[in-house]
Amino acid sequence: MIDFEFVKPLTVADAVKALAAEGAQALSGGQTLTPTMKQRLATPSVLVSLNGIAAMRGVSVSGGTVTVGAATTHATVAREATAYPALAALAGGIGDMAVRNRGTMGGSLANNDPAACYPSAVLGSGATVVTNTRSIAADDFFQGMFTTALEEGEIITAVSFPVPLKAAYVKFNQPASRFALTGVFVAKFADGVRVAVTGASNNGVFRWSEAEAALSASFSAAAIAGLVVPSDDMIADMHGTAAYRANLVKVLTGRAVTAA
Amino acid sequence: MPKDHGIGASVKRREDIRFLTGTGNYTDDITIHGQAYAVFVRSNVAHGRIVSVGAEAAKGMPGVLAVFTGEDFKDVGGNPAGWLIKSRNGEAMREPKRPVLAHGKVRHVGDAYAAVIAQSYNEAKTAAQAISDASVIEELPAIVDMRQALADTSNRVHDELPDNECFDWGWIEDNRAKVDEAIKSAPHVTTLNLINNRLVPNAMEPRASIGEYFPGTGDYKLTTTSQNPHLTRLLVAAFVLGIPENKLTVVAPDVGGGFGSKIYHYGEEALVLAAAKKLKRAVKWTAERSESFLTDAHGRDHVTKIELACDLEGNFIAFRTETMANVGAYLSNFATVTPTFLHGTLMAGPYKVPNVYVNVKTVFTNTAPVDAYRGAGRPEATYSLERVVDKMCRELGLDPFEVRRKNFLTPDMFPYTTPVGLAYDTGNYHATLDKAIQLGDVAGFEARRAASAAKGKLRGLGLSTWIEACGIAPSNLVGILGARVGLYDAATVRVNATGNVSVMVGAHSHGQSHETVFAQIVGAMFGIPEGSIEIVHGDTSKIPFGMGSYGSRSLAVCGQAMANACDKVIAKGKKIAAHMLEANEGEILFSDGVFSVSGTNRSKTFGEIAFSAYVPHNYPLATLEPGLEETAFYDPANFTYPAGAYICEVEVDPDTGKVDIASFTCADDFGNVMNPMVVEGQVHGGVVQGIGQALLELGVYDENGQLLTGSYMDYAMPRADDVPFVTVDHSCSTPCTHNALGVKGCGEAGAIGSPPAVVNAVLDALNRAGKKIDHIDMPLTPSRVWSAMNA
Ligand SMILES: Cc1cc2nc3c(=O)[nH]c(=O)nc-3n(C[C@H](O)[C@H](O)[C@H](O)COP(=O)(O)OP(=O)(O)OC[C@H]3O[C@@H](n4cnc5c(N)ncnc54)[C@H](O)[C@@H]3O)c2cc1C
Repeated sequence: MIDFEFVKPLTVADAVKALAAEGAQALSGGQTLTPTMKQRLATPSVLVSLNGIAAMRGVSVSGGTVTVGAATTHATVAREATAYPALAALAGGIGDMAVRNRGTMGGSLANNDPAACYPSAVLGSGATVVTNTRSIAADDFFQGMFTTALEEGEIITAVSFPVPLKAAYVKFNQPASRFALTGVFVAKFADGVRVAVTGASNNGVFRWSEAEAALSASFSAAAIAGLVVPSDDMIADMHGTAAYRANLVKVLTGRAVTAA
Repeated sequence: MPKDHGIGASVKRREDIRFLTGTGNYTDDITIHGQAYAVFVRSNVAHGRIVSVGAEAAKGMPGVLAVFTGEDFKDVGGNPAGWLIKSRNGEAMREPKRPVLAHGKVRHVGDAYAAVIAQSYNEAKTAAQAISDASVIEELPAIVDMRQALADTSNRVHDELPDNECFDWGWIEDNRAKVDEAIKSAPHVTTLNLINNRLVPNAMEPRASIGEYFPGTGDYKLTTTSQNPHLTRLLVAAFVLGIPENKLTVVAPDVGGGFGSKIYHYGEEALVLAAAKKLKRAVKWTAERSESFLTDAHGRDHVTKIELACDLEGNFIAFRTETMANVGAYLSNFATVTPTFLHGTLMAGPYKVPNVYVNVKTVFTNTAPVDAYRGAGRPEATYSLERVVDKMCRELGLDPFEVRRKNFLTPDMFPYTTPVGLAYDTGNYHATLDKAIQLGDVAGFEARRAASAAKGKLRGLGLSTWIEACGIAPSNLVGILGARVGLYDAATVRVNATGNVSVMVGAHSHGQSHETVFAQIVGAMFGIPEGSIEIVHGDTSKIPFGMGSYGSRSLAVCGQAMANACDKVIAKGKKIAAHMLEANEGEILFSDGVFSVSGTNRSKTFGEIAFSAYVPHNYPLATLEPGLEETAFYDPANFTYPAGAYICEVEVDPDTGKVDIASFTCADDFGNVMNPMVVEGQVHGGVVQGIGQALLELGVYDENGQLLTGSYMDYAMPRADDVPFVTVDHSCSTPCTHNALGVKGCGEAGAIGSPPAVVNAVLDALNRAGKKIDHIDMPLTPSRVWSAMNA
């Protein structure tokens, strides 16, 4: 790791100001960024920690919405997002205890790893990503592997999740990293069902619209039995062929519906 | 109450106090005053011509003290191969030089071609990057696939060789014609093509070395992560750097795992010594995990065709194998013996098969060197055999238990010389199989299978009956077979004046509990408390010349040397006692720590005898030297032959192909057991490694020779929830006949016996479910299992 300056502002405004400096980068849980820095693949000259910003931490519930501060750790979400059990369970299944105690929702979403768990919850819930400048609908936020709608220097401050009637996330572990080889988040709302898939596609997290239509008509695993998931855009690597991931999308969607 | 001390007691590990409280002393924990740091510049390409090394780029960079390149070492020796293998045509194997730093060419990703020494680690790393950026390496096509490496002689890992073959070995060549004939005329032949997957050793402690040089005396000291400090000293001093052996001390402090990968000498050790001499200050190198992945000697990597010939009742007639074994870019120290004498000689298994022939071609590729890894050759032999036996059973509709039973050697047949040249001394394979069947509740399998089926899971049961040769090794024999070292071991037992004991041993624990178990043996032999016995190991300035720990040899070879030294101490003690008690030596008895005159109540304690040996006031100085210290070197008469039966039950999820291990049962014959708890721990660890190989682990290079599994993001290590509770039994023991302790060795067993049991279980589950699947290559990942089911 090469030397860098470290600042820990207390407000979003100060963080935004600090991030304007040449070579500045936001640091949240550091579970992605610090290993990258150790490998010298990232060499920020200023690290702007978001962990001192009280306004970005914690879980709150209001009406039918659960709002999570972007600097809230996975462990806190797992413990405190009781109003949205599927979200809490997802957070409790990320990485290991040490990762959950440091890693944050904002860091995970900003990074948008194609195998990360949270993107499926955000997209599957139709959540809203709130930043220092605007609110971004989940459908507009994720723009392919490691790519999001965030502008340079823009900070995610919170994420608002409308709580569905029923929901579940089922993750199939990649055997080595235990990120999602494929993970499916299913959420049933009064006006329809959303199905978001992570880990499987070359284009990052995506909604499986055929399943959404079928499940909106009948919320049961049987409803998707006849569907075929095309494998053309699926990731193929040593951990799974494209056809295998396509199979997982369907199997896990069925399991998520049953679990919801 | 179970015994709490002595032979056969599950004495708690004294090592754990420091290991579990963070007070161990590993190489990287040591900081020498004025220490500088080495970072290596490693090749990013698998195969390339070094056009120029950008050493100049580091000159003047902050903290940089020195830069070394391949040029600096081109006139010193190479790191040698420890075993000469001859090809079938009588030619000696090819031994290209393995330099300290690559010169002329780089031959695998991670091959070091320069090193920077700087005041701090960070400065060295920055300078190394600058050198890497400034170096010009002309990339050549990578040689990765073994078949292609053999076929294409125009592109060679070592330009000076005619092709990429190291040797083409036949064992036993004289068997060949007879085996071919037996297979041709056999009523049934089963053929299986399989890959024994490449593994990355992944010791918890990465390799690390500190070089020191003392200008006042010209002495050197190397502190390093080694299973084998004396061998490392011999290699780095005599073969590589040309330092007199007596001027180099090698110390391996606590070693955090090795699994074979720390048997060998590596170039980094030579570099830190050379740098320490040049700079007159200590130089430390500690591998990053990514360096461990790229440069620790990998394991396995065989491609094998095995044929089993038998009659229609499943009586074995012949085994024949053809194997390509990858040795990587350079010959690591035991790379040539691992796929040959540690593999081919085991190819008769525990069976009375009359005809066996093994052919192994070893191949140079642009990948990390491959060498012994827990089990070393024997897991590969066991896997091939136990898989093909099951395949034959499926083809002929025979019961795998019965087929093994009818082919097992029986206890009355020992000593028994196999068609591949080993002389098994003892064993009872029927007993271990019956025990495993009982403990694994094979009778209840159908009910468990039905219960799994009710949950939508496919249950299968797999068996593996394994044998190995360990307690390595009789020097006479291995010398005939090409070994360039002896494989005895040594121990010095020093009884101190106050009656406590320091035992200096040549074996070196890298996790095996020698300090506990060796003390149990000495305590029992001397009749003194184990707490008064210290086991000293890992420091060539303190211990006699031993050959280290690997090949499940520590107890069977070094432990026996230690027991022999204890016997010598007792013999001398009797002489002293005879004098003090005014009796004839022949009348002196020794038991429970007391020397006594037979038939009298006159006696002296062990402590009294020790005291008089060092305070020789009333002492037979005319006939006996003072002091009570003895050394014994012990060279075994034969290998030892642990064996056992493993039964694995799995549940396969047909929708995802995921395999869960439902139970795993081991019935092993390790001969006499000194500490059952430690033995169980060794078996647990070995089985977990075997499960890792069977289900999870794979070192994969892409066609450009880039290691795709270069971190834990992609290299899957087994974790606690991947493995079941393992049932371990060692009650079916047949003590080794040729060492006095009657011990065989248990360190590798689990890793040898378990992979075929797991794979056989998965295939059993799939075949019972109507899927005609004969083979899936390890690791049986969910994707591979599902793909086989949906082919
Ligand atoms: C061993 C291990 C296992 C893991 N397993 C899983 C898993 O199973 N599932 C899973 O989903 N993830 C997993 N992760 C990733 C983990 O969830 C990380 O916490 C997450 O990817 C990044 O979050 P962070 O808070 O650590 O972000 P950081 O590492 O601090 O930052 C990541 C990136 O996001 C930027 N950033 C951070 N916060 C913000 C913000 N508020 N606004 C804008 N940009 C920001 C940073 O500048 C940086 O570029 C694992 C990680 C590890 C180390």
